[in-house]
Amino acid sequence: MELKDFKFDSTLTPTDQHMLREIADMIGTPDGAFNIRKNGEGVVKSSTDNIEIRQKADKPGIDIIIKPFTVAEKVHIPVIITDSGVQETVYNDFYIGEGANVEIVAGCGIHNCGDGDSKHDGIHSFHIGKNAIVKYVEKHYGDGDGNGKRIMNPTTVVNMDEGSYCEMDMVQIKGVDSTYRKTEANLADNAKIYVLERLMTHGKQEAKTDMVVNLNGEGSSAQIISRTVGKDDSVQVFYPNAVGNNACHAHVQCDSIIMDNAKISSIPAISANHPDAQVIHEAAIGKINSDQLIKLETFGMSEEEAEDIIIQGFLK
Amino acid sequence: MLELKNLSFTVENEDGSGSLDIIEGLDLTIPDGKFVVITGPNGGGKSTLAKLIMGIEQPTGGQILYNGTDITNMSITDRAKLGIGYAFQQPPRFKGLTVRSLLSLAAGKELPEDECCSYLTRVGLCSMDYLNREVDNSLSGGEVKRIEIATLMARHLDLAIYDEPEAGIDLWSFAMLVDTFKKLAKNDTNSVIIISHQERIMQLADEIIVLANGKVQSQGPKDEIFPKLLTEFGSFSNECTLRGEGK
Repeated sequence: MELKDFKFDSTLTPTDQHMLREIADMIGTPDGAFNIRKNGEGVVKSSTDNIEIRQKADKPGIDIIIKPFTVAEKVHIPVIITDSGVQETVYNDFYIGEGANVEIVAGCGIHNCGDGDSKHDGIHSFHIGKNAIVKYVEKHYGDGDGNGKRIMNPTTVVNMDEGSYCEMDMVQIKGVDSTYRKTEANLADNAKIYVLERLMTHGKQEAKTDMVVNLNGEGSSAQIISRTVGKDDSVQVFYPNAVGNNACHAHVQCDSIIMDNAKISSIPAISANHPDAQVIHEAAIGKINSDQLIKLETFGMSEEEAEDIIIQGFLK
Repeated sequence: MLELKNLSFTVENEDGSGSLDIIEGLDLTIPDGKFVVITGPNGGGKSTLAKLIMGIEQPTGGQILYNGTDITNMSITDRAKLGIGYAFQQPPRFKGLTVRSLLSLAAGKELPEDECCSYLTRVGLCSMDYLNREVDNSLSGGEVKRIEIATLMARHLDLAIYDEPEAGIDLWSFAMLVDTFKKLAKNDTNSVIIISHQERIMQLADEIIVLANGKVQSQGPKDEIFPKLLTEFGSFSNECTLRGEGK
């Protein structure tokens, strides 16, 4: 659909709009370029002078082409699935030109009120040009009271040219039954990546993360922070791997709060293939500190309120 | 008014060889508006007594009355709602919670920036540097300690209990803290209980209680108790003050 035919309020149902708010903070038509995908097909897309969104001809998905030196522009590319039983694999390729400075808001929401499993596998690849700066925000969310599962398996590959910077904020707080998240980053000279992954699982949800950061360039650096909360009978497995192939610096930090009968595994791997590579990993799993609960109770909160505040802060 | 009646706290020895009395049949009354310093040797039961008043520990015997109400079996939350507050000797840290959020949570409402700043200034922290910092491991022990004291100030308590507020605070900040407590001491409507070994804090007290072996060894107006302490423990006390110790 062309933008001229698109009316945010009439083209999208209230459920669609709710999902878009949850995953991309979208209220009304966003500024800048955008593409909204719903139930397996693109429902609307809009390019700008500097950011072109192109439908792929050979497979589902889009190419997002950002001109060199594009500054202070945003791209929204949310995906929503509201029909039960929709299963899709979508390929999105981002080409960010030299010296650009942009924010990309992705995200996937599945509303499943039926019995069929709904699944979105988003395969994203980023090609970040020399000295470009990218902020990438991705939020995964599920709701609906059907028996069908809500499944999301994102794969993200980030190729970073010399001097580029990428900040990735990836969140999954609620409602996703199963996720297998694969992330790979390849850094050239002086490229820097900052990844913040926040995740909460509850019920019988399962989450698995594989992350490999290859620091190939001299002076490259990576900071990976993972904060997770496992509740009820959920299971989480993390496998972060930082590989220093040059004079570089990497810091991987995984913190998890474990509650109820949840199971959490953090299996770090760090490798140095160069004498000047500094690669550090820290990992901790534990329940909420009782002194934290007591402190907030001395403010007049109940134990449950205190728990919520601690978790909200931890995942903020 | 806080009344402790025949209050006891006994713990079982880990090896099953019997029990240990931490607080033994303690009777104590703290009238409204008093600034009370509890002091005494290490292991004498001071911190345990503070925790019993806040409800963090449950007594094994006796009663705690607050303004005539029996709060012995009341939860921490309910005691907090009555206007009782407690500053930890070693405060917990919170990943992801900013200083400003913590102060707002303490106050029970979103605090305006200038009010947060005034609490931080009173504990010797340059407010603009700290408001948006997380109360996590990036802060030093002394900084967390001062933020802890600021959270009690933000609560405007009827009864504030500070467990060794001076511990871990450098001498420069300590001077400012003494000034802050001096202002609290002048307020004759709210009660303050401070566990301390510091002479300069004891000098602010209306009343000093010396706790040893789980019992009140002596209790009375500052002018009566303080000179005795100086005579009895003078050299030790001065040494502690110089070293900034207080555990």
